[in-house]
Amino acid sequence: MSDRPHLSPASGEVNSLRVVGKRLPKVDAATKVTGRAVYADDMLPARTLHCRILRSPHPHARILSIDTSAAKRIPGVIAVITGADLPVKFGILPVTQDERALEHEKVRYVGDPIAAVAATEEEIAAAACDAIAVEYEVLEPVMSIEAALAQPKDERIQDYGGPNNIHKFVSLEFGDMDGGFARAAHVREDVFFFQGNTHLPMEQHSAVATYVDGRVTLWSSTQVVHYVHRALAKVLELPMNRIRVIGAAHGGGFGGKTDPFAHEIVVAKLAMLTGRPVKCTLTREEVFYAHRGRHPVLMWVKTGVTADGRITAMHFRSALDGGAYGSYGVASTFYTGALQTVTYDIPAYKFEGCRVFTNKPPCGPKRGHGTPQPRFAIELHLVKIALDLGLDPVDLKRRNFVEPNTRTVNWLRVTSCGLEECTDLVLRASGYRERQRRPGHGMGFAISSYLSGAGTAIYWNDMPHSEVQIKVDRGGVTAYCGAMEIGQGSDSVLATIVAEELGLQPSEIRLVTADTDTTPIDLGSYSSRVTFMAGNAALEAARKMRAMLVEAVEAAGRTYDEVTFEEASVLAEARFGTLTSAGSYTPPKLAGPYKGSGVGPSPAYSYSACVVDLDADVRTGLVTVNKVWIAHDVGRAINPLLVEGQVEGSVYMGLGEALMEEQVFRKGLHKWPSMLEYKSPTFLDTPEIQTFIVETVDREGPYGAKEAGQGPLLPVPPAVCAAVHDALGVWIDEIPVTPEKVVEALRRKGKGEPARYGPPRFPDIPFPPAIKVEPPPKDLDASTAQI
Amino acid sequence: MLRLPRFKYLRPRTAREAATMAAELGARAMFVAGGTDLYPKLKRRQFEIDTLIGLDFLPRAIRNGSTECAIDAGVTLSGAAHNAHLNAGFAGYAQAAGLVSSPPLRNAGTIGGNLCVDTRCNYYDMTYEWRKAAGFCLKKDGDICLVAPSSPRCWAVSSSDTAPMAMALGGVVTLVGPDGEREAPVASLYRDDGIEYMAKQTSEVLTSLRLQASAATRSAYVKLRRRGSIDFPVAGAAVAVEMEGDLVRTARIVLSAVASHPLEASAAGAFLGGNRLDPETIREAAELAGRPAKPLDNADLSHFWRKRMVRIVVEQALGRVSDQRAGLDG
Repeated sequence: MSDRPHLSPASGEVNSLRVVGKRLPKVDAATKVTGRAVYADDMLPARTLHCRILRSPHPHARILSIDTSAAKRIPGVIAVITGADLPVKFGILPVTQDERALEHEKVRYVGDPIAAVAATEEEIAAAACDAIAVEYEVLEPVMSIEAALAQPKDERIQDYGGPNNIHKFVSLEFGDMDGGFARAAHVREDVFFFQGNTHLPMEQHSAVATYVDGRVTLWSSTQVVHYVHRALAKVLELPMNRIRVIGAAHGGGFGGKTDPFAHEIVVAKLAMLTGRPVKCTLTREEVFYAHRGRHPVLMWVKTGVTADGRITAMHFRSALDGGAYGSYGVASTFYTGALQTVTYDIPAYKFEGCRVFTNKPPCGPKRGHGTPQPRFAIELHLVKIALDLGLDPVDLKRRNFVEPNTRTVNWLRVTSCGLEECTDLVLRASGYRERQRRPGHGMGFAISSYLSGAGTAIYWNDMPHSEVQIKVDRGGVTAYCGAMEIGQGSDSVLATIVAEELGLQPSEIRLVTADTDTTPIDLGSYSSRVTFMAGNAALEAARKMRAMLVEAVEAAGRTYDEVTFEEASVLAEARFGTLTSAGSYTPPKLAGPYKGSGVGPSPAYSYSACVVDLDADVRTGLVTVNKVWIAHDVGRAINPLLVEGQVEGSVYMGLGEALMEEQVFRKGLHKWPSMLEYKSPTFLDTPEIQTFIVETVDREGPYGAKEAGQGPLLPVPPAVCAAVHDALGVWIDEIPVTPEKVVEALRRKGKGEPARYGPPRFPDIPFPPAIKVEPPPKDLDASTAQI
Repeated sequence: MLRLPRFKYLRPRTAREAATMAAELGARAMFVAGGTDLYPKLKRRQFEIDTLIGLDFLPRAIRNGSTECAIDAGVTLSGAAHNAHLNAGFAGYAQAAGLVSSPPLRNAGTIGGNLCVDTRCNYYDMTYEWRKAAGFCLKKDGDICLVAPSSPRCWAVSSSDTAPMAMALGGVVTLVGPDGEREAPVASLYRDDGIEYMAKQTSEVLTSLRLQASAATRSAYVKLRRRGSIDFPVAGAAVAVEMEGDLVRTARIVLSAVASHPLEASAAGAFLGGNRLDPETIREAAELAGRPAKPLDNADLSHFWRKRMVRIVVEQALGRVSDQRAGLDG
């Protein structure tokens, strides 16, 4: 702790932070609200060609032939390419390189890209796509988890993975399961379903590429410039030093712009072929096909508890509907089983997960990546266990909360943990304990946790996950970092940290970010990693810079506080020459000693607790959320305004998933790929949200900070379902909670059937034998706990 | 992104001139007023025309009489929703106008446009590419109804909020054709067909709407939709009741979004005549009103649920007109 003098709130030291913790506007706020930010679709370099992509009309088919000759004859069409021009496969994970930018052998979902046209106008490109003749041999589509587990009628969707259309199995066991269930006084099993949904960013994906002097430059609306850079190099078969990827101003990602995408590769290839800039902006419908959104997950959970509600063992099974390609799916599968243990002390834990391929747009990471689904399941499951035992559900959960500074049975290291404080705050503010009983009114409580950055990179390497350089020149400070501002405020966090250390204001720091030519690496804006990782890198670089400035000022016989920053920088440049400093962040090696331990570890976990208050109409089944109280342990709020924004956004998105959003299919097609028909809440459907920030000051986060962008979504769906049960006495064990489901559950209740709407059973899945893992030794982190 | 096709835009100065242009151009042309439904449909190639005939010459006044109100077709939906006279004497109509879509679209969309708005179906309201993948349907480019494949007709749903209310309030429209103008009851304006849903000549311009209500008339519109804004109705009830003391003299109940035309629940309206608007009577009337509704699986939410909800929205609408009875507010 010695190098972090600011951080000792427990010891009563005066908090000396000047800009950290202040409610300052985002550094890019004015640019965004005045419309000056340049999004990829705003760019129109001279002689730009417009690209449209021809997509499959069939969910599953072999391509017999593609005839582009008629398209090429249309005046204004400059180039037409097909899969034969881009045969190299790619994919975000090294183990699932199963995508092509354009498919020329087989299509696997309606919307799979087949050919691309560059033309002088977008309408011409669209007409040319319509003129491309493709001959198909149509194959039987596989549209559900059950169908994917069965023998395929025609052929498998992918030619790798397990039997039938199974993509991935995970089977892990920690601790003494038999003993745990043997000493349980009560054992309960439940089945839940979490429907798939999509990110729905306001900005559609868009990319512009140029090819000048043998070098490709791509501006894209992406969350991961580095991974796009790698995929372009692979598919275009160019060295990385001939490709530059720049993150354009960003209109929202939520995980949906975390893969390299076909259109990014296609515009780069078309720019190389034509020598002209090429742009592609997806239609809203195409965004639904690009997807990579929330996996639909069917779940089964069995838990043993003692008579007073202490968990003795938990067995969790998940089946993920992955869509047609791998994407992040292997990681998503692990995530459905990873974080159960970081909120509840589970002494014995078994996880069996299975991801299947179906003929739908590929699923991947959406806010919470693979963890909102199991969170939904176990939060409701524990409420049911409490009611079985006649215990208060909140008390039962509290009895099982993890303690700070522990290792879980699956080897995850928990440092700071504010679950108790979060729970106290929302219970008190909401009056949960004293809630009034009136017909149709209910309140529900749930908790959650999320990563502050994945502890391992997507591809194996020993290099830092984030790097920052700082240049000081004539009093001007520029910070360089690969981190991508996606609206979450990462630029503001970087500027605030550098400003804090140098004694400046965030608005005085110039930022150069997300440009693979000019900035050092950051892996990207995913897994809630930027504040923690880029923040720590910025902190190191800024402290090094400050040390040089202080040394130079003191060598001149003065103190840093009495000179202006300009004077300090002149003194330091005279003494050291060009003023640059660098910092980097590499997460500690935390993974347990077993295969698959790379998914789940994080240098710190955020915690949330939430109470939802709602009214449910017994005749219509319509649910009206009145208010949400949420407390979030962010470690330290670098900027409380931005934390509250992230928390409220998470609650809003969680309510959408809980009540209306669903990515559903009919006759092999996405049922409603449009913003009008895919229902997402409006302002009028969003209740008052009261946010509480809890600061546990994590020992490894920058100034103690942890994540805020994803975790607060997680408790919302289960709190909604718990509140519906509180209101009407029926369980809706799947989301979204649509009025039809509520009415049906009430009908069943009225007939004396189980008062429940949800999946009847979990399918028989041939899980392999579990890898058995010993729990970690008790003193594992003793030597590092004080660092 | 989706682009508008190229088209010619004509600016007539009178309704007669607009009608003449439309008659000459035939199916190549359409009228455009607010354009809030038309432009997205051009982008999705649901409408394929090469000429738009602008109706922005239409006057935008609301004229009040003692028992009737004449609304120019160019009045925006927000203009109607916020008009004091309409809110006082024709409350249901002002409510219906205020529940269409969202504020920006109500500021552009006109009351004439909403009376003529295209029928909807979630097999039809999709892009060209989606419809090509699904297989084109009867209403556009195809020869089959995808929601009822064995049916010879199109089942697209009438989705106007204001049309049922205009019918319930005995609305009469003025139509201007190339050869002259005529008046027609709103009720005669629609046909039970998802494609040929309007009974007027395509060259006729709807220039105004007259609503009729006595001092004893009360009206209400209840709209059911998934969200508090933007969405088209999945069921709706327009109710106008003329009272005589405590008793109902006449009642008209017209349903939205459960058929290809605004569906008048005549039996329920007749049943109310001579009765008090007490909860029991309202329940019975609502039960009767729900019977003719036959929603199909081509709009948001399940058609089974929508069918069940019809009597509830009718009950809520009747509840509102019966002295704002507590607990029945929609």
